[in-house]
Amino acid sequence: MKRLLRRPKRFLVEIGRKISEFMIYVGRVSILLGQTVKLTFAPPLVKKKHIYSQMSKIGVDSLPIVFMTALFTGMVLALQGAYQMKQMDARAFIANLVSLSMCRELGPVLTALVVAGRVGASISAELGTMKVTEQIDAIETLAYNPIKYLIVPRFVAIMIMLPLLTIYSDLIGIMGGYIVGVFKLGIGSRVYINMTFDPLVLKDFFTGIIKSISFAVIISIVSCYQGFAAEGGAEGVGKATTFSVVLSFIMVIAADCIFTALFYFGF
Amino acid sequence: MIEIVNVHKVFDGKKVLNGVNLTIQSGETMVIIGRSGCGKSVLLKHIIGLIKPDSGHIFIDKEDITIMDEKQLRNLRMRFGMLFQGAALFDSLTVGDNVGFSLLEHTDLDSSVISGKVKNCLSLVGLTGIEKSMPAQLSGGMRKRVGLARAICIDPQIVLYDEPTTGIDPIMGDAINDLIRELQHKLKITSIAVTHDMTSAYKIADRIAMLYDGKIVQVGTPDEIKNTTNPIVKQFITGAAEGPITIKEEIDK
Repeated sequence: MKRLLRRPKRFLVEIGRKISEFMIYVGRVSILLGQTVKLTFAPPLVKKKHIYSQMSKIGVDSLPIVFMTALFTGMVLALQGAYQMKQMDARAFIANLVSLSMCRELGPVLTALVVAGRVGASISAELGTMKVTEQIDAIETLAYNPIKYLIVPRFVAIMIMLPLLTIYSDLIGIMGGYIVGVFKLGIGSRVYINMTFDPLVLKDFFTGIIKSISFAVIISIVSCYQGFAAEGGAEGVGKATTFSVVLSFIMVIAADCIFTALFYFGF
Repeated sequence: MIEIVNVHKVFDGKKVLNGVNLTIQSGETMVIIGRSGCGKSVLLKHIIGLIKPDSGHIFIDKEDITIMDEKQLRNLRMRFGMLFQGAALFDSLTVGDNVGFSLLEHTDLDSSVISGKVKNCLSLVGLTGIEKSMPAQLSGGMRKRVGLARAICIDPQIVLYDEPTTGIDPIMGDAINDLIRELQHKLKITSIAVTHDMTSAYKIADRIAMLYDGKIVQVGTPDEIKNTTNPIVKQFITGAAEGPITIKEEIDK
């Protein structure tokens, strides 16, 4: 009897331990977010050249991959829509489907996932390497705050560039849908454009932008935290990078689910 | 003057520092020797406030750094320079930007003034014309020299050296030792070096302290250390496998 009781007890203890570990992690990430926001506005402000350099790495360098992802997503959406709409003889609504899906959902989420994979991993690996090679300690010994020097420029750059990349992704996705709709499915160009923009209201556009801002917070803070927490050489950096990408993906999708529910039911 | 008073530090249940007491006079070069992993670098990081002790105090010119907040510590660190074991140069910056990091970030000095200062620091460590190079293009010895140039760029009063000759060939190691000695004479700085390289220790030290089992077991001039009767210090400086310090003891820990 005792043995039977011992197993569920151990199981519950293990669950409790995991939950408390997760809460500690959330607490630490939140503290880092608080410090980052505070240091972003605390004088002396971070030099603009550091922010511009990160904006270029994070935003400009992501343009080709976001272009490809959004273009093909828009095309697939149009083709998939055509399959369904054909049965109802409502092919013109494909344009509507593509634009709404891109602006409200796929544009922000896909762009965030691409940035989390490309930029988040690179930030974790770079900061993790700096941590294990004592470069972060070196910044401190040079009387500079490593959060201000390393995290704030990345945080600000992602906060600016991810929403811009999302808008870019929305437009490219719509273009992908247009290519399929007009050149393959034979919908008139003017009809397609009207059906794309007529049903779109500002709320649809801003829903996506608000989501992308929240994704930017998640990606920047999770990847920077993992980089700063890396320990134990190359293996530690590898683990930190993997964990950063996996966690960012899960949190982006979870946040998207929460925001979609909020916008659907609340606004 | 730097006073380390009864400093204790535990990592993952292991006592790394177990009541360290040491006083370093202004202008002297103190070398802390001890086996790899005995806590020498940890002690050095305590002195610059990168690690806080579990208990004990560290006074820099009578100011207790263990109770300072981040802002006070940053102000204090303006008086320090530190050379890391692997040099810890910033990979993404050029040699010039590495050396002038403090001036670039802390001051509004004109770029020509900063580049003049950078050139001066690099020439002090025997390097010229490499300002535009990236750290990855440098050899181990050159990286250490650049790290040293960065450490002295803001005219520190205290310089900390973490294993200054580890990982470089003996000739370059000797050149680094000469450099440390020369810098001390030229700039009149207080230096603290940690090493297990006895040739380097004898060459640069005014006094040597041995850290063993989390405590300072002996402090003395290089001659006093050479003629020590302490069996632990004697075994370490002669590099004997047999003696009170055993490999088994290390494994047990």
